[in-house]
Amino acid sequence: MALLELKQVSRHFDIKAGLLGRWMHNQPDRKIKAVESVSFSLEENEVLGIAGESGCGKSTTCMMISGLLAPTSGEILYQGKNLSGFGPQEQRWYRHQVQMIFQDPYESLNPRFRVLDTVAEGPRALQLWPESEISGRVEEILRGVGLPPGKYAERYPHELSGGERQRVGIASALVMEPRMVVADEPLSMLDVSIRAGILDLLKELARQRNFSCVYVSHDLSILGHIADRLMIMYLGQAMEIGPTMEVIRNPKHPYTRALINAVPVPDPRVRRPIPNISGDLSRPIDPPPGCRFAPRCPYSNESCGQTFLSLDRTSGSLHQASCHRLDELADPPLA
Amino acid sequence: MSRKRVLGVRDLSVRYQTRAGEVHAVSDVSFDVLENEVFGIAGESGCGKSTLIRALMRLHSDNAIVTAQEISYEGQDLQSLSESAFRQQVLWSRMSLVPQSAMNSLNPVYRVGEQVVEAIQAHTRKSKAEAQERVAELFDVVGLQPDLMHNFPHEFSGGMRQRAMIAMSLALDPGLIIMDEPTTGLDVLVQERILRRIREIREQISSSIILITHDIAVIAEMSDRIAVMYGGQIMEQAPALELFESPCHPYTLGLKNAFPSIRNLGQELISIPGSPPTLIGAPVGCPFEERCPFRLERCASELPQVEALAEFHEVRCFRHPEATHLREQASEKATWRSLN
Repeated sequence: MALLELKQVSRHFDIKAGLLGRWMHNQPDRKIKAVESVSFSLEENEVLGIAGESGCGKSTTCMMISGLLAPTSGEILYQGKNLSGFGPQEQRWYRHQVQMIFQDPYESLNPRFRVLDTVAEGPRALQLWPESEISGRVEEILRGVGLPPGKYAERYPHELSGGERQRVGIASALVMEPRMVVADEPLSMLDVSIRAGILDLLKELARQRNFSCVYVSHDLSILGHIADRLMIMYLGQAMEIGPTMEVIRNPKHPYTRALINAVPVPDPRVRRPIPNISGDLSRPIDPPPGCRFAPRCPYSNESCGQTFLSLDRTSGSLHQASCHRLDELADPPLA
Repeated sequence: MSRKRVLGVRDLSVRYQTRAGEVHAVSDVSFDVLENEVFGIAGESGCGKSTLIRALMRLHSDNAIVTAQEISYEGQDLQSLSESAFRQQVLWSRMSLVPQSAMNSLNPVYRVGEQVVEAIQAHTRKSKAEAQERVAELFDVVGLQPDLMHNFPHEFSGGMRQRAMIAMSLALDPGLIIMDEPTTGLDVLVQERILRRIREIREQISSSIILITHDIAVIAEMSDRIAVMYGGQIMEQAPALELFESPCHPYTLGLKNAFPSIRNLGQELISIPGSPPTLIGAPVGCPFEERCPFRLERCASELPQVEALAEFHEVRCFRHPEATHLREQASEKATWRSLN
């Protein structure tokens, strides 16, 4: 059984027109359809990458998985149990099982807490272990993330570099001994020279401590180096999912192809093909039915605007794309 | 090669007076920008790249002390110009700047076109109608619909605002455009479109561009020549291809191994241990010394001089004669782990 399973999960947000809007401009209430019928599963000890541009719903998905937002429709199953049916007891348990690593190590740490207090806060709040055991565990995890407790435990966030702060963020997630970690752009605020170190650390710890990870990023080069499988989202819809290497080297969906061709390559000899799409990214406010990428897609036809083929978890095929014209586009490979 | 030199900078240093002491943000930086080229400056946060261009454009803060042997534009000494002469003769008309987070540099209560018109009228005798005509032309160059000039900034997406700022920087046909992180914070597809547009613009007009970014991939794709900065100094500069094929400075080697490429997924990424120096107090040794796996004893006490290896290839490292050997060792993870 998969550790986590999402079945046709959607999340909509209301935009109220307000009194003025309704009376004077006759505006209706509208809906932002941030995530629409997304299905995927996360296996034990797997790193699943979610990639996409701003507004694609990757962070909303993260928040739903972490239990911070309830889906508007659909089911999120953790070890087969539906999140929405959790009572207080089970919610506590889930908060222990699932941990988040945040994007901004400069904003996500309490400036008045020493490293020690930050890392111990979670276990103390949930009273997971007796106080004496907590301090032992905190020291152990600090060593694990490369921050020797003798040198770092007493420090405050302002005495740490960005990389060290992100290590504290990782330590406070992992001290809880989670089964699943949700990381939302954990490297984007860090310098290039230290990113690789944090990436290695996450990979290494995931193996040692047996947790699964949902890793969200807009940076396909980084996802390519950490994720086992990759899911590509566009304006709330999942466009493609598959083993990372497969998706990057042999993308099926026209959007994935455009996205991959747009990633700059750190080698002046490489000439990338020009991504074959038109128009600008819109916002998922009351979107029409059908594929949301269709208006920008060079291959779209009538059916694309009417129905959306969502990914099918049950089909058994590892590499899938939600596109009506897959068969026609399969070869010759397109730019 | 005897291409015309647009910008010449010799031994530029910038120091900030702070309560913690004197911060040497930029130390003895020398480089040239040639006619019709993209000169990339790569570096991580705190390496001094933004301070450097602020000093060039005279936008530095009051507590900064700028010294240089030479700052010249097409042979003319810029340092002797007074504040107002610099603004009239150089800013916008010869050197223009697309500032960092340019998307947020537009005034939200004025129409985008008006802001460009204002910039044009402040520097030329053009009438409003002529200036508007010029704006329409510029919008077309950067790929914006000319009638969008009557819209407000909030009606523009991030990428459109960035293009409007690039249009503004082109307004007076400057010979040199400085772009500070022009695509940072934009989505990949938007970034791709803007980079492509910058390349096209460069083919249409004959300006040179200084491109500043921390993104090694962007700089590799865009630049003719690249300077790598660390701790306020240029550690190495070379033509782009040469820098990627035969880098010599340990920091350049480290960066190259640390940067992920979507074309090379099997590649093992190696991070550089440690973190950048604080730059408080005058530099004694090499600023990279603490993080360098190839350091010698003298690196801590003696500052390596800039050595020319080939035309346009300069490096600041005592061990550059062993570059081939260092390159081999730098690709081993163990080399970088053996530190501390």
